[in-house]
Amino acid sequence: MQAIQLVAGGDLALYTIVRLSLQVTGVSLLLSTLLGIPAGAWLGLNRFCGRRLVIALLYTGMGFPPVVVGLFVYLLLSRSGPLGGLGWLFTPRAMVVSQLIIAFPLVTGFTMAAVMAVDPELRPQVLSLGATARQATWAILREARVGVAASVVAGFGSIISEVGSVMMVGGNIEGRTRVLTTAIVLETAKGDFDLAIALGIVLLALAFLANLLAVLLQGGLRVPTAECA
Amino acid sequence: MYRLQNVRKAYGGRTVLDIDHLHIQAGEVFAVVGPSGAGKSTLLRLLNFLEPSTAGRIEFDGQPVNDNHLPLALRRQVTTVFQRPVLLNTSVESNVAYGLRLRGERGDGRVRELLRLVGLNELAKAPARRLSGGEAQRVALARALAIEPRVLLLDEPTANLDPYNVGLIESIVADVNRRRGTTVVLVTHNVFQARRLAHRAALLLEGRVVEVAAADDFFERPQDPRTAAFVRGEMVY
Repeated sequence: MQAIQLVAGGDLALYTIVRLSLQVTGVSLLLSTLLGIPAGAWLGLNRFCGRRLVIALLYTGMGFPPVVVGLFVYLLLSRSGPLGGLGWLFTPRAMVVSQLIIAFPLVTGFTMAAVMAVDPELRPQVLSLGATARQATWAILREARVGVAASVVAGFGSIISEVGSVMMVGGNIEGRTRVLTTAIVLETAKGDFDLAIALGIVLLALAFLANLLAVLLQGGLRVPTAECA
Repeated sequence: MYRLQNVRKAYGGRTVLDIDHLHIQAGEVFAVVGPSGAGKSTLLRLLNFLEPSTAGRIEFDGQPVNDNHLPLALRRQVTTVFQRPVLLNTSVESNVAYGLRLRGERGDGRVRELLRLVGLNELAKAPARRLSGGEAQRVALARALAIEPRVLLLDEPTANLDPYNVGLIESIVADVNRRRGTTVVLVTHNVFQARRLAHRAALLLEGRVVEVAAADDFFERPQDPRTAAFVRGEMVY
């Protein structure tokens, strides 16, 4: 009961946590989308030497355990690490870096699969209608839009709910790097189940909204279906 | 319109097309007949600049086509209707307007007119992916005509279609050639269709041109015994 009051009442601590979660995940997702969709489209459309190796690495990346990513980013950004001079460890930037590493292979891999599923005859046919190479690629991506949208949702789902790496590189500092997942871990450990449940409800709601949006996008935003009538 | 000299196309060392000389005139309906695997579709891909030739010289409208680096404006004067059309996953009218959108044009009036021409004005808003084979091929013909090409390449455009659709598509093609002077290159294994539409015809066999002649001569008085056998409907291999 108290958990619902916390959510409904706009508790300040809760609000700060939700906002930071959305900021970190939002920036990571934006970057992985901007990098991953072109990379996935390129991999799906081109044949080159070493492509299978790249794809095998990509599939491995899609299954990266977040704690391993956290460890890697921690070593990279720690004071004696190669990028220690940036001073990013235990800041939201470090969390963005690790979430980018988790989401990028997912967006790239699913985009590649979606592009490869488009009829290979489409490209010569749109070229024949006068498309430039760029316009043909755009046409293929548009045909693959359901899969491309799914790739972004998969990326979002993987990082909004991820706890291992953000805990390690963010440090779960109150008001600065505490996000939904790390707060749930902490509050549960402290025995403050009301706040933990409140955070869990918000997390579930966000995941649901993202998936609902993806499903609506797939239907071309024509919400009422025959089944509803 | 086209002039081919010693054009050869090979895939992985296997030569599928080997043409000493071929001349396609502006404004004519030129039929290329031959059995499956004769290299007919490969020829159309070269004529549409979709692939470079392995060797030889292709001239389009007096300009040499080398390594596919033809100016976009020239390339956009040629289009193909393929045997199996792949339509975009949007409405019928949006598919017909696609070529115009690529050129930054709108042409709503032309799209409506073409939909009427192919008998699909009532399906303008329907999703293109739900059409029957014949309807889809009519959309493919309409989207090709929307860009008002100077050359229309047809790759077995009516294979697997019912007589109604075959008749409709043939009459539209003949009409476009007559009224607009559009050059048509029709690839088909259907001798009857070639005879109905073509001004001149060629027999392609194992990648080589066996005979080129005016339609009357080609079908009535073929010079080569293989042409005679093919137009009589006998297998030639």
